[in-house]
Amino acid sequence: MPIKPDYKMILPLTVQNLSFRVGTTIILNDIDFSLEHIGPSLIVGPNGAGKSVLLRLCHGLLRPTSGKILWATEERSRASFDQAMVFQRPILLRRSARANIEHALALRGVPRPDRRIRSMSVLEQTGIMQIATRSARVLSIGEQQLLALARAWSFRPRVLFLDEPTANLDPNYTRLVEEIILKINESGTKIIMTSHDMGQVQRLAKEVVFIYDGCLKEHQLAGDFFSNPKTEAAQYFINGKLVG
Amino acid sequence: MNDLGLSFQVALDLILNMDKDLIQIVSLSLRVTLTAVLFATIVGIPLGAIIAIYKFPGRVVLITLFNALMGLPPVVVGLAVYLLLSRAGPLGEYGILYTPTAMIIAQSVLVLPIIVALTRQTIEEMYIEYREQLQSLGARKFQMIPTLIWDGRFNLVTNVLAGFGRASAEVGAVIIVGGNINHTTRVMTTAIALETSKGQLAMALGLGIILLTVVILINALVLWFRFLALRVQG
Repeated sequence: MPIKPDYKMILPLTVQNLSFRVGTTIILNDIDFSLEHIGPSLIVGPNGAGKSVLLRLCHGLLRPTSGKILWATEERSRASFDQAMVFQRPILLRRSARANIEHALALRGVPRPDRRIRSMSVLEQTGIMQIATRSARVLSIGEQQLLALARAWSFRPRVLFLDEPTANLDPNYTRLVEEIILKINESGTKIIMTSHDMGQVQRLAKEVVFIYDGCLKEHQLAGDFFSNPKTEAAQYFINGKLVG
Repeated sequence: MNDLGLSFQVALDLILNMDKDLIQIVSLSLRVTLTAVLFATIVGIPLGAIIAIYKFPGRVVLITLFNALMGLPPVVVGLAVYLLLSRAGPLGEYGILYTPTAMIIAQSVLVLPIIVALTRQTIEEMYIEYREQLQSLGARKFQMIPTLIWDGRFNLVTNVLAGFGRASAEVGAVIIVGGNINHTTRVMTTAIALETSKGQLAMALGLGIILLTVVILINALVLWFRFLALRVQG
């Protein structure tokens, strides 16, 4: 059974004057952008730029110090059922791979017979059917990340947030994960992902949001970002000369 | 050395002869302790988990209280339960003083704080690690509790064993509310206390060896299952 999100658009995602501070430390400062449903959006920048915090704010795991996050035109206060997120180091439950997906579906109120069908289908689509009955905790890091992707995909989210999903992976698993990300994108889910790997950004991004030092420096289509970066920071970063 | 040798002999004789009194004492000990630990576990694990992840006024006071109560003196618990169950007490009409039920109640009270405090600690540490992921999966706090308990089951089992150790070792509470009545409320620890006071040191030590063996066997059994399960499930 193909996974197709039931489409009622929640995009564009509009971020208005968004700031986030911890004590007196400014993590994000006055960010404004709007993301449409046009293929993967990559939030790019050096380590410590505030990418992960931005993703968590958009997903509803953190509350902004000031500013607004609007879905279509609505404000939402908590992680909503339209969205899913895969973390850099995903937490998998001490159960089998399939039970991890089915338990997550149960948390979202999916009826029991559907859980089995959906978990099998998503394991198949992610190419990890062979690990279905193995305990998630004994899988390799690469398999764990594929399982985390499968679990997020099983929700059929309209928006999927990915926080540096390949940062800990070898080139082989990085390629597998990227293939799945593109598959999820093709199925109609909006991908919003952070990365500091320029090769990966070139392979995946339709548009790039470049963050540096807590500020939004650029928001352009990927081709334009690479061929014609407007800011000095972006030029340095693309050439591998910018450190956080 | 002679005394020790003699006690091993006594212990061995008691076991080999399947001494009826001994079997009765051992089985009552296990029944009282295991039932008390079961009650304390059923109440204590969810309670500890609730304290771990919900924020409410007085939470820190409650945590401090449960931590302090881990060292609750058994005689004080025995006395409190005695006052509760004695004829003049609020639960006196049920007539359960000097019965195994009274001993189970007293030991449940003793074990409960241990299980609550250790569970709170275990689940709180897990919650820090799991919170964002569970929120993202769509879990409400009340759904996180069973998820975290099940995921922490191998650590929680060790906490329950700590409670079991406490219950199986104590004498103060069960002697006050049970009365050490032969064939009715005599358990291993109270029998050891009695034999010691009678000067029957070999018998006392023999019973002590049996008690120790039973406790070690139960711990070994549980930890072995835990080890096997961890190896399969990670």
